[in-house]
Amino acid sequence: MQDVNELLSRINEIKEEIHAGAADLKTSKNVYEFKKTFLDSKQGKISALMKEMRSIPKEQKQEFGKNVNAAKEWALGFFDELDQKMKARELQLRYESEKIDITMPAEKVTYGNLHPITSVRNQLSDIFVSMGFEVFEGTEIETDYYNFTALNTPDDHPARDMQDTFYLSPEFLLRTQTSAAQIHVMEKKQPPIKIISPGKVFRSDDDATHSPMFSQMEGLVVDKGISLCDLKGMLTMVSQQIFGEETKTRLRPSYFPFTEPSVEVDVSCFQCGGAGCKLCKGTGWIEVLGAGVVNKKVLENCGIDSNEYSGFAFGLGLERIAMLKYGINNIKMLFESDLRVLDQIDD
Amino acid sequence: MLVPLSWLKEYVDINVTPEVLEEKLFSCGFEVEERYELGRDISGVVVGEVVECEPIPDTHLHVCKVDAGTGELLQICCGADNVHAGGKFPVALHGAQVYATAKDHVTIEGVMTIKKGKLRGYESNGMLCSGVELGLNENLYPGAGYNGLLVLPADAKVGEDVKVITGLDEQIFDIAITANRPDCQSIFGIAREVAAVLGTELHEPALDFHPTEVVKEGFNVTVDAPDLCPRYSAHYVYDVNIAESPAWMRRRLALLGNNSISNIVDITNYVLRELGQPLHAFDCDYLEGNAIHVRRAAEGEKIVTLDEKEFTLTENNLLICDGRKAVALAGIMGGLNSGIRETTKEVMFESAKFARDNIRKSSRALGQTSDASQRYSKGVDEYATVMAMKRVLHLIEELGAGKVSSTHFDVNTGNSVEPSRMKASIEKVNSVLGITVPDEEIKRILTGLNFQPEINGDELTIQVPAYREDMEDYPDIAEEVIRMYGYDHIKDTFMPTAKVTIGGLNLIQKTTLKLKRSLCAVGAFEGMHYSFFSPADLDLMEYPEDAPERHAIELINPINRDLSLMRTTLAPQMVHAIARNMKRGTFEGRIFEIGNRFIPKDLPLTEYPDERETLAAGVFGENESFFTLKGIAETVAGVLELTFDYAPCQKPGLHPYQTASISFDGKEIGYLGRISYEVMQKEDMRFPGYVMELDLASLYAQYGKAKVFQPLPKYAIEKRDLALIMEKTVTCGEVEQVIKSACPFVTDVKLFDVYEGAPIPPSKKSMAFTVTFTPKEEEFGSDTVDGYVKKILKNLNYHLAIELRS
Repeated sequence: MQDVNELLSRINEIKEEIHAGAADLKTSKNVYEFKKTFLDSKQGKISALMKEMRSIPKEQKQEFGKNVNAAKEWALGFFDELDQKMKARELQLRYESEKIDITMPAEKVTYGNLHPITSVRNQLSDIFVSMGFEVFEGTEIETDYYNFTALNTPDDHPARDMQDTFYLSPEFLLRTQTSAAQIHVMEKKQPPIKIISPGKVFRSDDDATHSPMFSQMEGLVVDKGISLCDLKGMLTMVSQQIFGEETKTRLRPSYFPFTEPSVEVDVSCFQCGGAGCKLCKGTGWIEVLGAGVVNKKVLENCGIDSNEYSGFAFGLGLERIAMLKYGINNIKMLFESDLRVLDQIDD
Repeated sequence: MLVPLSWLKEYVDINVTPEVLEEKLFSCGFEVEERYELGRDISGVVVGEVVECEPIPDTHLHVCKVDAGTGELLQICCGADNVHAGGKFPVALHGAQVYATAKDHVTIEGVMTIKKGKLRGYESNGMLCSGVELGLNENLYPGAGYNGLLVLPADAKVGEDVKVITGLDEQIFDIAITANRPDCQSIFGIAREVAAVLGTELHEPALDFHPTEVVKEGFNVTVDAPDLCPRYSAHYVYDVNIAESPAWMRRRLALLGNNSISNIVDITNYVLRELGQPLHAFDCDYLEGNAIHVRRAAEGEKIVTLDEKEFTLTENNLLICDGRKAVALAGIMGGLNSGIRETTKEVMFESAKFARDNIRKSSRALGQTSDASQRYSKGVDEYATVMAMKRVLHLIEELGAGKVSSTHFDVNTGNSVEPSRMKASIEKVNSVLGITVPDEEIKRILTGLNFQPEINGDELTIQVPAYREDMEDYPDIAEEVIRMYGYDHIKDTFMPTAKVTIGGLNLIQKTTLKLKRSLCAVGAFEGMHYSFFSPADLDLMEYPEDAPERHAIELINPINRDLSLMRTTLAPQMVHAIARNMKRGTFEGRIFEIGNRFIPKDLPLTEYPDERETLAAGVFGENESFFTLKGIAETVAGVLELTFDYAPCQKPGLHPYQTASISFDGKEIGYLGRISYEVMQKEDMRFPGYVMELDLASLYAQYGKAKVFQPLPKYAIEKRDLALIMEKTVTCGEVEQVIKSACPFVTDVKLFDVYEGAPIPPSKKSMAFTVTFTPKEEEFGSDTVDGYVKKILKNLNYHLAIELRS
């Protein structure tokens, strides 16, 4: 028969042993191993005490069992706590070991950009589409009739000198203006007409501000009672969308064979607000487009009754808008696919 | 067009500053492109009086004491031979700007700033100037042509800016004239507009003359081509006295850059500038057969113009002939030996209207231009034709250059030079503008423009002067009213009477934009290249002689050979773009372009060619490969919900073993491949590049196909990895094909590994695939898929001698 008191004193010794041993533990694995020496069901020292139960006098069994169980509970709690502490420390070390230099460069996430002309074209067509315009794209190769004659620019007209035309045959040419689209649309459709026609146009011009190919957007409205005031109202709204809410527009007389009256439309300089700066050459205004009331003869050429209907048309250069908007100073840059340029304009 | 202010003021009262005049002209449709002072480069030059003048020994120089009104006498050294005490000369003070001349003292070499300095040890505090150094010549200021100091009048005020006394303060306006206003291509034409915009008086130049009884016996003028010459007037002047023109006329011509030649020639040039009518003076000694005959040239007829160039003509060219021969190319230039000489005694003046397009076309076709042809090309009106002849004859008398006879011809087609009546509704005029301009304003404006308006209720009646050939209908009246009333009266309205319309992009436009955005999302940048390219681009890509790419539309008048063909392929420009980027230090990237190729149906064009929307893409750099570009092709297929098939192929300019055709639905629609080493070398490319072309136009019919929702599989899918050993020549596509056709439940075959080397025999390789089986009607049984795999392996072995890797 074991001496119960001796066994009970073993419990205290074990507790002391645990306390003493715990101080040397470094990792949660150490904790696990150490814990096993006391609590492993087969070899653990506390489990071993339990096995002494057999040899204890019956009347003392209950008390002894209670004490051993309490010691086991305590040890489990002790080791749990220790384990948690150890794991927290290890996690901390792991974090520390994974420290990075966050000032090192980012890894490249590549995506491309639309061409500046496409961006400008999209912005404009979004605005016009919201106003009820359809988008009609004509062909780059046109006939003399659609590019000139039907636009009230017959063969003997001095306005033909305004544009240096590339010819492909006596009849076919590279369109010099998207205005050619006006005729195609009006031939097919009776008013109400609201279209824009963006596209490439060509003139025999080649220097820092002129490219033999550039892009225009033509606009045409034909309906009842359309006047110059409607043209100005609409262009003011569009300009404010493109250049800012404070933008003002100004009309001044000009000449195009297919509009009468014809106007140049200036917008107040969006850089200086009209006070005068380098961009607007000190005038406070920037010329952005040509426009006018559709010439009666053009309507009649397309079989539209000019007594019943009137309209306005406008044409603007997309490169010019893009160059103004993004501060590009050489038009050639737009046609070179230089990624250093294209990468900068994300709009 | 250049307009000197002092000349303009002869015809119109100008009560505003040049700045205000510029603004007024701008607002009524005449943009002043530039306004400058004649002496804009000259500053700090004043009238000075030489008080003392002593020669510097052993030199041609003099040392002078000059009173320039500065309060002290300036010591100035001077090398001119006409310097003398008591004389008044221009003095450029320290800091002044004058023209620098070459050693000949005549040729201007630039602008220089005068500084104090020493000459031969003598202090010199400025410079006495010649006329040339001030930018003057004999015509601009008498005496300025002398190669020495410019002598100023004795009464010139010492210290005064020399610009005032020499006329260097002249203001010159360079005005842009729109094509609809040829009547404003003259000083007097502008004066009419200025009078209207300022509301001041217009003074017509004197037109009176006094013909003698003398006639040119038997002389006759005929016009055979009234369509090209609607009016031809001629007047005979005799007892001609060829001399120098008066200083005022020479100065005015000089202000516009015209040399003075002789009184007769100067009068024609002067009236051209003054009234905008080209004139010609024929020496009657040269006119044989007592006649002037206006006719079309015979095919192949020749003429030598007075600048000694010979031209071979066609019947589209108009000639002025005498009784025997051609004496002038109408409206362009006189013939050789028909001009005015010092001995000229009798002159036949011509004032004619020639059809503007005929002169323009002849001038272009022959490559011969003159002031007259440029003026005629813009359009001359018959009113000016008649007025100019009167003005010439007046000036002949005023200058004493000859006697005006009674022999006058006016051959015309009956066009009146009197005003014509036009009626319009005031409501219509206002409806164009969208505002109501008060009747009295309309009347005031139209009166100022010499339209003599009358308003009766809604009816407006105007008298259109014959020089306003642009006035056709009420919108023209509206324009006249608003440009004078002011465009700032136009309000902002938004089509209150228009119908509501639904706008939007069509399906192709939407899909193109979607494609562009998807390509950006995979890292490609959109580029834009010219629609024309160079024959050299076709050679670069080594297209054979009979390749369809070489069947390109040619420009008749290209800027140069490099821009002379409409592109039939987008590839060469993409190759250039890649090479250009590498040259500029960008060694990797992705570019795409969506643009048209131009495929002619016939050449030369008689019908619209096919403009085919095409996608080109290019990738380059060490991280790119055939397969990254193929990924871009697959992106396009994905956006369009299509499946592309790829097959090895060869294309000019591309790598023979890294190029594939792209087909859809059995039809080849494009290709992709690696740029060949030959092309790389020609383009100086340091890194490999890959290009793709895809004919989008042939896919339009597939655009916007509604995507049908596929229900998620009801039963679990199963995947099997198969590592296969095969001959090296077997392609991935072949294996995929066999696997797919072996079992209808295979929904995906994905290559995940390729291996060559031990322990695999040298002639073989291993490819590993993940095969996905998707059940359809019912769940797969426990060994169903194993059965399929067996079938697959059997087929692979049968068709391609493939073994399962153990």
